[in-house]
Amino acid sequence: MSRAKNFQIGGLVVLAGLLLAGILLAGGVAWEKWHDGAPTAKIGGPFELVDARNGKTVTDQDYKGKWLLIYFGYTHCPDACPTALNDLSLALDKLGDRRRDMAPLFITIDPERDTADVMKDYAASFAPDIVGLTGSTEQIAKAEKEFRVYAAKHPTKDGGYDMDHSSIIYVMDPSGRFVTNFTHETDPDQMAAKLMSLAS
Amino acid sequence: MQFRRFLFSALAALIAVGGAAFAQQAQQTGAKVAVTQAWARATPGKSTIGAAYATVTASAGDRLIAVATPVAGAAQLHQHTMDNGVMKMRQVDAVPLPAGQAVTLSPGGYHIMLVDLKAPLVAGQSFPLTLTFEKAGTVETNVTVGGVGASGPAGAADHMNMDHMDMGAMAGHKG
Repeated sequence: MSRAKNFQIGGLVVLAGLLLAGILLAGGVAWEKWHDGAPTAKIGGPFELVDARNGKTVTDQDYKGKWLLIYFGYTHCPDACPTALNDLSLALDKLGDRRRDMAPLFITIDPERDTADVMKDYAASFAPDIVGLTGSTEQIAKAEKEFRVYAAKHPTKDGGYDMDHSSIIYVMDPSGRFVTNFTHETDPDQMAAKLMSLAS
Repeated sequence: MQFRRFLFSALAALIAVGGAAFAQQAQQTGAKVAVTQAWARATPGKSTIGAAYATVTASAGDRLIAVATPVAGAAQLHQHTMDNGVMKMRQVDAVPLPAGQAVTLSPGGYHIMLVDLKAPLVAGQSFPLTLTFEKAGTVETNVTVGGVGASGPAGAADHMNMDHMDMGAMAGHKG
């Protein structure tokens, strides 16, 4: 076999390989897209964070048997986060005995500034049973991913930063499954009515 | 031709004089901008940032370009926008004030962000706030502090600013 021929066959093999890789890649991407687009898009999942009240590690398993009301935000947020947490506390006030079945959580998306010490008093200012959770950057990133929360730093003129973030209250049932969510369009009465009907 | 030129200059002079007189009058009437219903939220926990709100009416159209208060290291004008469920907060250079139209700074829209608060804002207290307008200059007002998640001023009477006209009870906010 001449060297030229050898070269030609080698080229063909490489080409075929590339083609196969391309087909597999395209297939993989299509498969993933189809899965992501499925209506049963999963919100929520296992998380490991830090309870700001005592610095202890908590996981999703610690809240089994309770209705989880989860809001992701940050304490340097002067407007949206207090509004959401206040609406949540007003809704909790309307639940009567059912309030015991709720575990309202405020998870920070800004773990750099929101240490346990900062989060503890902040969450409790809205309602005694709202628990602030923080964690390492990795722990927070994982929780954000599980709940499909968007959070990104936006630098400010004074050299600091604000956070762009999803402002949504997630409702998870006592087995940890996503049931519904509340937005800034949902008023406390509507939240309370929905929670009462779910928990009864 | 001469006459026409004369007419033109006369007209120009008239406009100039009239304009100056008008400007002077505006200066004399002073408070062309009314600031009412100024309120803030109490700060939760150890938070050193806060938000203040107010209703501003500029009779001739103006722009709110700066804010200052002795209780905070800095006060900035911010705007919140909701983009597909994502909250974004941005500092703005000015809040436009269309002539005669009451512009209400409120949760979810424009707010005055208070940075580096020297002490926590406590419900029931009040603090001074200076608003600077492009044309009307500065206006002083008093800000009443409500609850941590207050969605509006507690009551019109508590928030009436004696120096400026009372706009009456503000339209209820969400919640």
